Amino acid sequence: MSELQDIVHVEKRDLVGIVAQFFAEGYRLVQVGCSTLPSAYELTYSFDREYRFKNLRTTLAADEEVPSISVIYPNAFLYENEIHDLFGVVITHIAVDYRGTLYRTALSTPFSISNVKLPEPPKQKVTASGEKPVTVREQSEVPGKQE
Amino acid sequence: MAHKNIIPFGPQHPVLPEPIHFDLVTEDEKVIDAIPSISYVHRGLERLIEKRDFLDFTYVADRICGLCSFMHCMGYCQAVEKIMGIEVPERALFLRSIWAELSRLHSHIFWLGVAADAFGFESLFMQALRLRESVLNIFEETTGARVILGVCKVGGVRRDIDADSLKGIVNRLDTLKVSLEELSNVFINDYSVRHRLSGVGFISREDAYTLGCVGPMARASGLSIDMRTLGYAAYKYLDVEPVVESAGDCYARCLVRIRENFQSIDLIRQAAGKLPEGSIDVKVMGAPNGEYYSRVEQPRGEVIHYVKGNGAKFLQRFRVRVPTFSNIPAMIKVLKGSEVADVPNIILTLDPCISCTER
Repeated sequence: MSELQDIVHVEKRDLVGIVAQFFAEGYRLVQVGCSTLPSAYELTYSFDREYRFKNLRTTLAADEEVPSISVIYPNAFLYENEIHDLFGVVITHIAVDYRGTLYRTALSTPFSISNVKLPEPPKQKVTASGEKPVTVREQSEVPGKQE
Repeated sequence: MAHKNIIPFGPQHPVLPEPIHFDLVTEDEKVIDAIPSISYVHRGLERLIEKRDFLDFTYVADRICGLCSFMHCMGYCQAVEKIMGIEVPERALFLRSIWAELSRLHSHIFWLGVAADAFGFESLFMQALRLRESVLNIFEETTGARVILGVCKVGGVRRDIDADSLKGIVNRLDTLKVSLEELSNVFINDYSVRHRLSGVGFISREDAYTLGCVGPMARASGLSIDMRTLGYAAYKYLDVEPVVESAGDCYARCLVRIRENFQSIDLIRQAAGKLPEGSIDVKVMGAPNGEYYSRVEQPRGEVIHYVKGNGAKFLQRFRVRVPTFSNIPAMIKVLKGSEVADVPNIILTLDPCISCTER
């Protein structure tokens, strides 16, 4: 049985407002996750209401800050501290900010861009015209920043 | 005016077999704040996905935790199967549900024992662990292992259970049910158990929802949240009704787990009765290209396995959001205002799994 999973891309400036709307509509915060891209981070905020799973996604440049949503969802502070400690993403105004002491890792920010070398996409056959093959990552990376 | 003290709780503590630390800020015997600290044994298993073939990674997913071993692997496999559009045979789905419920059963019985030990009822602890052995024996006979089962794989399962063995399992679970009823009577009716757990560690329905509680922690506060109702594996063919209590205290969390034991036995009986004939796996071709959030109900609550791939055999991202991590904010809220003597019971009734949290 496949669960319907919406992933909506939002701009960073709209994030807090949309999250507040989710809270007002009675969604619970399921998780905040982060993925490392070759030169950016992808933050995904997952919500659920009566088994309806929705995700908000925003993409950040390596040194970009993002506002905390812990003022809306108090349990977000733990996910945000985790993302700060593992990825090095700066999240501003976290309700309970452990300032890098939540995770004790031998390597500082082990999931950050500088520490992660993402697996290469599979090689595609060179076309007859000699054009370079297009990979999935190149298509999806950092919307709005490709031009 | 009361003097403030900070009492370190953990990472080594008699009631916690795994390391988690709390700085308990107290005034006299009252806890006024609790500051958690985790990651004493963080393993970074998520990043192993970059160096292990996605098919071989099932062995890593199996080892995220001992008690939830099978369900971690099942969650990971489900995510990969959804991305790749793999149709898992019905028989394999039923077998997955059977092993998942056996996992829930042995986890909850184990928890009852550990909880009994925490409030000083050692004979109850021993009886609980004696009963758990019968479930571990079933694991050993059906999978060849007692803890890390290694029986789930992308595209199905690695082992089958024949009809005679299944009939024997159902009969043995009927015997276990009788023993569990005796054990449960003590938990439910014994004065000392009620005295230690009733009214302790209360969390309201609203707080449980706002703070993101999952599993028995949420259901004991009146929230009907159970991912099995999504219908993954064979649950769409089984009658699953979330077990809900309303008191929101340690005793209610205990009651939820007790009732879920009997529910698991019933679900295994249902699944055994409906188990279809057929193959137990399909051949997997290619590699995942896409992403999916798989949601599974573990003994401790909703777990999320996020998988992202780009068509290569090494995946780009694997993330696990474990139920214990989701329950920590509520744990902090509950600890504030509690008595120092109740702290071990409160923490234990959340059933924290640090092995999962330190994935």
